This record gives sequence, structure tokens and C-alpha cells, in this order.
Amino acid sequence: MTSGDPVQPPRRVDRAGLVIAALLAGLAVVLVWDARGLPSTAMYGMGPEAMPVVVASGLALLAIGNFIDALRGNLPVRESSDPVPVVLILIGLALLIAIIGFGGGFILATSALFVTTSAAFGRRAILVDSIIALVMSTLIYLAFDRLLTLSLPAGPLERLL
Amino acid sequence: MDTFAALAHGMAVAVQPMNLLYALIGVFLGTAVGVLPGIGPALTVALLLPVTYKLDPGGSLIMFAGIYYGGMYGGSTTAILINTPGESASMATALEGNKMAKAGRGGPALATSAIGSFVAGTIATIGLAFLAPWLVDFAVRFGPEDYFALMCVAFVTVSATFGDSPVRGLTSLFIGLTLGLVGIDKLTGQARLAFGVPELLDGVEVTTLAVGLFAVGEALYVASRRHHTEEKLEPVRGSLWMTKEDWKRSWKPWLRGTMFGFPIGALPAGGAEIPTFLSYSTEKRLTKHPEEFGKGAIEGVAGPEAANNASAAGTLVPLLTLGLPTSATAAMMLAGFQQYGLNPGPLLFAERPDLVWGLIASLFIANMMLLVLNLPLVGLWVRLLAIPQPWLYAGILVFATMGTIAAKPSVVELSMLAGFGVLGFLMRRFDFPIAPVVVGLILGPIAESQLRRALAISLGDPMALLQSPISATLLGVALIALLAPFVLKGLGRFKANED
Repeated sequence: MTSGDPVQPPRRVDRAGLVIAALLAGLAVVLVWDARGLPSTAMYGMGPEAMPVVVASGLALLAIGNFIDALRGNLPVRESSDPVPVVLILIGLALLIAIIGFGGGFILATSALFVTTSAAFGRRAILVDSIIALVMSTLIYLAFDRLLTLSLPAGPLERLL
Repeated sequence: MDTFAALAHGMAVAVQPMNLLYALIGVFLGTAVGVLPGIGPALTVALLLPVTYKLDPGGSLIMFAGIYYGGMYGGSTTAILINTPGESASMATALEGNKMAKAGRGGPALATSAIGSFVAGTIATIGLAFLAPWLVDFAVRFGPEDYFALMCVAFVTVSATFGDSPVRGLTSLFIGLTLGLVGIDKLTGQARLAFGVPELLDGVEVTTLAVGLFAVGEALYVASRRHHTEEKLEPVRGSLWMTKEDWKRSWKPWLRGTMFGFPIGALPAGGAEIPTFLSYSTEKRLTKHPEEFGKGAIEGVAGPEAANNASAAGTLVPLLTLGLPTSATAAMMLAGFQQYGLNPGPLLFAERPDLVWGLIASLFIANMMLLVLNLPLVGLWVRLLAIPQPWLYAGILVFATMGTIAAKPSVVELSMLAGFGVLGFLMRRFDFPIAPVVVGLILGPIAESQLRRALAISLGDPMALLQSPISATLLGVALIALLAPFVLKGLGRFKANED
């Protein structure tokens, strides 16, 4: 990525940069709010509430710095971005979390993630990918659960093995 | 000399058959995962951390060393053959190496990078073996205020001094520091930023953060801009071996690259990017074949690759002697130590010399194994590159989430992984560096407890930080390193106006 090219079209305010600055400022507020609930117990020196305040001050300063950069349009040039695959992968992650959360087991959960990610990268053969995913995650489950004795969550499929 | 005795003792540990096996598994896994495009050594270590969960500390640290060095070798193969450097330190290699591969000289490019990595890795590991005891002698005199000051130096150099934008680098660092605050405060038992969620009381897991930022974030980022890039795998054509001319043109860049890489890596200056680019520009200036640069000059592969590996060994100096990680990969190594309740530093050298010196000795062995493994087996690694992208990233995500599922199969932990993935995606999109977040999460709590210890000893007098000469000097260095990029930028602007 190239930036700082002097012959750019007139710089404009970067909206995303403003949002970043606002988020940093918000984070600083949360830190201070959380630290205020802590009792100051230290006899000497710093209590547990001191460091969050220090970090919050840093974040506040950086929010100002990012704000100035955004106003000047100093952020690096961004290429266009396709939101569809990102959303697909996030759906896959949400499915994985839901299946693990409701006791569906490791194999079903990771298979769901595999198929959605593969679709996000342009594959349309969902049936083939599902079979590959099921076989692969079963093998991983057997290797790690039985050989390395790592405990992976079990669901209906795992209990059949 | 002491070092020789210690090193010989370490060798005796490292050549035990079980440890040799661990080293072999490590270099094999490290190369295999490191070869996959988009996966650098830091992520390689992060992905493989859960796998080593149940092994004994000695063996698994030896395995880490293998994974670390293997990941570096694998990364350069990818950089040369498909021009997608898994990390910024391989960028210089990709510059010339990919051109060489396109011109049908992929074999010699791979060979010079493998042999150069071996030469640099070996020299730098010798440097590590001799520098480490000396630094340890120095570091035992450090008080808590000196450690705090040292960490301030690391914070500033890792995030501000050498990045593109000090503001964005520091922003990354402070996000990491914020995450480091989450959980129960070790000194008073108060919960901070836990918001009543019991899983947050233990704090943020380093592996969850690293895997989320690196693996999930990278997958999201690559998916979002899939329509931009067409990756092309260059087949390895012609001879694998270097000609006499290639050797003659390679050995000096190897040595010069090592001279750049090791000292810069050993300083808490953060990362391998600086030495690789210094080496690249030096070779470009010194070469007798300037016309080849930009079209596939072998010096441009040999030098940066050597610098990259030497600095990797260099970052182990502050990591082992001071417990100070200065790169994302070193941070992951530190997480590996912490997994076993081990804290690198002067004490570890005194308490577990077998472990530390066994690790250092196994670095030599890992390096040797990699040279033997890499050249003849390059065909195998190249085949890994031919995995179709959808399956590759789907597999990476499955493996990435598996680590978290195995360690903590809770909805909260997995949601954090996904959240860090989104954070990693956004940081890549808006060009914020990732490594400072990981370093901030690991070093933040340590820096805080050192500072609080120092202030408790001095009965709350903050002047204690300036009364120790070591601490005062280091804080001065940190301040200069913090202000330098802003001042230089101002000067640059002034100059530009004058033109």
C-alpha cells in the first residue's frame, strides 16, 4: 500500500478514521468507569485502579491523534473490499459457537465452519465440501481425542465413534 | 570457559533420542505450516501451542524451537514461489526471489535462502550462546524499576519507532495494554474489566488473541479482497543446485545479512523488518550486477534471508535473558514458556540450566535438520502450496478454532476468538500493526506489577524510577525513541517545504 503521495486529490475527512477515534475515546471512558468501582487498598504506591487510568489517558491521547489524522485524511489508501465473504465466514463462526454451545459436538461444529469458509472463498460444491469436512473433522477428532488425549467437546456424532 | 561447559551440557540434553524426535517433529510441522501462504512463524507457533499442551516442558520447548526455525524456512519458500510473504520480514525475499522463480531460477533461490538461513542461524545461535550468560550476569542486578524501564523501551520501539505511523502503532499497543488489564489483579485480587463474566476473571488468553488476530483476521482479510489478487504458483524449474557463480555471489551477503540481523534482533528494537531491508539496500549498493536488481538478483535473496534468520535468533537473547519479547513470534514463544509456569529471565538460567541450554543447543540441531529436510524435500512443500485456496483457509480456520476448543470449550472464549478475528480484520484493513497488540497483552501486566513493586519498595516515591541509573537511562532512551519519529517527521515536512 502506498500513501503520502504528494499529488493526491484534495484530502477529505476520513469517516472511518473518525469512528476509530470515537471508539478509542469510548474505550477510555469504559476503563475509567470500571476503575472507579475499585477500592484503593494500596498502603503505598499504586492500587489496582491506577494502571487503568494511565492506559485510559493514553487511549484518550491516541483518540485525539487518530482524530487529527482522520481530519487531515492522513490514513493510508484502502482498496475496495467485498463484504459478502466476510459475512459468510462470520456466519460460520456463529454456527460453530452455537453448535458447541448447544452440545452438538466438535465434528458438526467445525464442519459447519469449514463449509461456510470454503463457500466464502468461492466454492459452490457444498455437498462435496460437507463430506470432506465431516471426514476431516472426524479424523482430527480421533487423532486429538484418542491419541493426544485432548478433550474435545462430544455431541451425538462423537458418541457413535 | 563457562559457556562451553554449559553448551556441552545442553548438547547432551538435546541429543537424547526423545528430544531429537521432538526437534524433528517441530521442524517438520513448522515448515509444513509455515509454507502455507499467509501464515508466518508467529501464527505457526500459536496454532501449534495447544498441540504441545500435554508434553513435558523440556521436550516441547525443543519442539517450539524447531517450529520457530521451521516456520521461518517455510515462509521464505512461500515468498519465493508465490510472492505472498507470510510476514513483513519476508517481503525483501519475495522482491527478488519471486523474480528469480519467474525466470526459471527458483531452485537456486530456494537453495541460497536455505543455506543462507543455515549459516546465519548457526552464527547467530553461537552469538546467542555467548551473549546470553553475559547479559544474565548484568540482568541479575536489575531491580523492579529497571525492569519497568526496560519494558517501556520495548513498548516504544515495538510500536512507535519503527512503524509507518507512530500514532497507529501506539494505538495497537494500547489496545493490547487494555486487554492485559482484563481479569483479577494479581496483587489485590480485585476484578478489572470483567463486567461480571466469570470467564473474563482469568484474563485474556494470549493464544486466543494471537490466533484470532492472525488466523481468523487474515482469513477474513484475504476473503474480503479475493477479487483483487490472483496468486500464481511458480513451478520450480531447472536445477535445484547453485552454480559456482551463485556461491560466489551468495556468501558475502549471507555474512553481511547476519551482521545486520543478529545485533538488531538482540536489541529490544522489535522485529526483523529493519535488518532485512537494510541488508537488501546494502546488497543493492554493493553488487557487481546492479542491472539484475528488481529482475531477480541472487544477492537480494541471500542477504535478507540471512538477516531474517539471524534476527530471529537475536530476538531470543532478550527473550531468554530478560523475559522480554520484542516480536510477535517471540511473544508466542513466551506464551509457550508461561504455559508450563516457566518465566524466562536470569532466574531460569540459574534454576533450570538444563532447560535453557538444552533449548539453545537444540537450535543448532534444528537448523541442521532444516537444511537437510528443506533442499531434498522442497517438492513436498511445494505441493502444499497447491492446495486450493477455499480448502486451505477453511482448514486453517478449523485448526485455529480447534486450539481454542481444546483449551477452553466455552461459548465466551470462542466468541472472544471471533471478536479478535474481526479486530484483526479491521486492523489490517485500516493498516494498524498487529504485533504491538500481542506484545502489549503479554508485557502490560508484567510491566504493571514491576512498577507497583518498585513503588511499594520506595514507599510510593515515584522518584525511585529516576534514582536507579539503569532505569533512568532506559527511560531516557524510551523517551527519545518515542519522540524521535515525530521530530523526524517534522523535519521531513520542513525539508519538503523547502524544496
